[in-house]
Amino acid sequence: MSTLEIKDLHVSIDTEQGNIPILKGVTLTINTGETHAIMGPNGSGKSTLASTIAGHPRYKVDSGSITLDGEDVLSMSVDERARAGLFLAMQYPVEVPGVTMTNFLRTAKTALDGEAPSLRHWTKDVKTAMAQLRIDADFAQRNVNEGFSGGEKKRVEILQLELFRPKFAILDETDSGLDVDALKVVSEGVNREHSKGEMGTLLITHYTRILRYIKPDFVHVFVAGRIAEEGGPELADRLEEEGYDRFTAQSAVEA
Amino acid sequence: MAETTHTEFSPNTAPEGEVTDLGDLDEKARLGAPSGAAASASIDGFTEEGERLSAQNTGSEQFGLKKHSHGNATVIPEASRGERRRSFDLADYPTLTGLEEDWRFTPLKRLRGLHTDALTGASPAVAVTGAGKVTVETVGRDDARLGTAATPEDRVSAAAWNAFTEATVITIPKETAADGEVMVSVTGSAMEAAAQQILINAEAFSKAVVVLDHSGSATLAQNVEIIVGDGAELTVVSVQEWNDDAVHVSSQQAKVGRDARYKHVVVSLGGDLVRLTPSSIFTATGAEVEMYGLYFADAGQHLEQRLLVDHAVPNCKSRVTYKGALQGQDAHTVWVGDVLIRKAAEGTDTYETNRNLILTDGARSDSVPNLEIETGLIEGAGHASATGRFDDEHLFYLMARGIPEKAARRLVVRGFLNEVIQQIKVPALEERLSESVERELAAGNL
Repeated sequence: MSTLEIKDLHVSIDTEQGNIPILKGVTLTINTGETHAIMGPNGSGKSTLASTIAGHPRYKVDSGSITLDGEDVLSMSVDERARAGLFLAMQYPVEVPGVTMTNFLRTAKTALDGEAPSLRHWTKDVKTAMAQLRIDADFAQRNVNEGFSGGEKKRVEILQLELFRPKFAILDETDSGLDVDALKVVSEGVNREHSKGEMGTLLITHYTRILRYIKPDFVHVFVAGRIAEEGGPELADRLEEEGYDRFTAQSAVEA
Repeated sequence: MAETTHTEFSPNTAPEGEVTDLGDLDEKARLGAPSGAAASASIDGFTEEGERLSAQNTGSEQFGLKKHSHGNATVIPEASRGERRRSFDLADYPTLTGLEEDWRFTPLKRLRGLHTDALTGASPAVAVTGAGKVTVETVGRDDARLGTAATPEDRVSAAAWNAFTEATVITIPKETAADGEVMVSVTGSAMEAAAQQILINAEAFSKAVVVLDHSGSATLAQNVEIIVGDGAELTVVSVQEWNDDAVHVSSQQAKVGRDARYKHVVVSLGGDLVRLTPSSIFTATGAEVEMYGLYFADAGQHLEQRLLVDHAVPNCKSRVTYKGALQGQDAHTVWVGDVLIRKAAEGTDTYETNRNLILTDGARSDSVPNLEIETGLIEGAGHASATGRFDDEHLFYLMARGIPEKAARRLVVRGFLNEVIQQIKVPALEERLSESVERELAAGNL
C-alpha cells in the first residue's frame, strides 16, 4: 500500500505580468485503492496541481510538500517521479515527431522497469490493451500523437496507464472533449487498472459526467487555489444539480 | 513547434523561410486544368486544356543554351534558376564576393582557397570495391566522355574542371545489374586545395548502387558527373564523414534519361565546411527522381546543400526530402531546393520537403525552397519547409513517462533522421550511418 501526500502546497507561475500564485495551500492524501475526484471551475488550479505533481518546469513550488511513501517528490526530476510510480494522463498530450508509438512505449516501459520487457509478452500486452481501448493496430507504427484526434490522444494516454501500471494515476481532464462512447471506453480502461487494487487515482475534471463511469471515493471541490469543500460521492451529485455557483459566489464574498 | 512556411505553387517566386518552426505541411498543390473551356476562350494564355500562362512566356532554355551577356561587373540576379550561368571556362565566373545568390550563405573565408587558388594539391585517393560487372577506369583529362553529363555551374566547380589531372570513370554496362554496391572510397590525406573529377555512367537499362564514401582530411573541389541512361535504375549515395578539418565543395549533376529511375542520397556528418550542389536534370520523358539528404551539424560546422531539379520535359516525377539536425554553438546548415518546371514540362509531378531540428541554442538553420513554374499543365507541385526545436513540452512528455532527458533527446533525433537512412537500402551502410548518428549524439552530450 502506497500513500501520496500533499501538504499545504503553494504554487505560482512566472508570467510577463509578474509572479502569479495559483495554489494557495492544498492538502490532500491519496492511498492505494482510492479514487479522489478533484472538481472545480476553470482557473481554480486543478490542472496546476496535476502538472506540479508530475514536475512540469513551468510551475514553481513556493512552499509545502509532496511525498510518495515518505519520499520527497519535489526533489525528484520529472523522469524520476515517473519511475517512482507517478503517472500523469495529460490534458493536452503533445505530438512527438520522429518517434513511433511502438518505440516510445517500449522505451518508456524499459525506463520505468529498469529492464526491457520480454518481447513476446510485451507485444501481446500492447495488442490487447490497444484492442480494449479500441485503438487501431496501425497506430503502433505512427509517431507519438502525431495526427491523432483529441479522443485518440486521450485513449493513448489511458493505454500508457494500463501498460505502465503506476502507483498513482493523475488524470488531468481526461474526459474533456470526449464523446459518450469514447468516455465509456476510457473510463473502462481506468476502472480495469484501478480494480487490480494496486493504484490510487486522482481524477481531475470540470464535469460530473465522467463520475457516472468512474466512481470516486472522495470528492474535493477546488475554488481559487484551495479546497473549498470535501465529501463523498454525494458531493458530486450535488454539484451536478447545483453547479459551482455556490462556491464561486462564496469565494467572491470572501475576497 | 508551431509556425511553418508552406508554399504550394507560385510561378517565378522565391519564397524564403529562415528559422521557422515545425508544424505540419504535407498538403499538396494540385494544378488541375479548368474545365470551363468556353469561359477561357478569350483569356490570353488559356486554352481548352488549361492555363499556359502568358503568351509572352517563351520558357527558359536548358543547359544555359541561351546567350548570356556576362562580362560586366555588376551582379544581376538571374530572372530564372534556369538562366544561371553554366561554363567550363573559369574566366566566365567573376571573383566571388559572397554576395552572389548561390554563395550568400557560404563562409568564403573557410573555403581554404578553393574559390581563389589554383587547385594543385594531391587529389584524395580513390579506391573502388565491390564492382562486379562494373568497369572502373582512371583516365586523363582528354577523355571525351568527361564533361558530357555536366557543365560547371559555379566558380569552384569550374576551377575543379580546369585543375584535375586524372578522372575516375565508373561504367555500369547496358542491361547489366551490378553485383552488390559499388563502394567508391575517397580518402583525403593532405590539406592543399585539390580538384577531383568522377564520372558515373549507368548505361541504358543497367541497375546499380554507387556509394561515394568521403573520409580523411582534404580541401577538395569535386565534380561528380552522373549519367542515368534510358530505363536505367541508379542510386548514388554521397557520404561525407570527413575529419573535422576537411573542406569539401562538390557538384553532383545527373542527366536523367527516358523512363530512368534515379535516387540520390546525401549524408553529411563530418567536415568543417561541406557544400554539395546535387542536380537532377530530366532530359527525356517518363523518368522519376528521388533525392534524399541527412545532415547533422555540430558546433562550428557548416553543412550546405543546394539542389536543383530541372523539369524540362513532360511527364517526369521528382521527390526531394532533406532532414537536418543541429547542435552546438554556430552549427550552421543551409538547404536551398530549387525546382524548375519549364514550359515544356507538362504533366510534371514534384514535391520537396526540408525539415530541420534544432537541438540546442546557438545553432542556425537556413531553409529556402524555390519553385518556378512555367506551365500550368502539371500534375502537382509543392514544397514545404519547417525548422523546429526540440522543445520543453516534448521533453516533459517523454520524461513524464520515465525516460531520462538524454535518452528522450536521442529518441527524437534518431527517429527524425532514420526516415532518410531507411531510404538507402544498403543494410551495411544503413547500419554504419545509424551508428555514426549515435556517435554524433554522444559527442553532443545529448
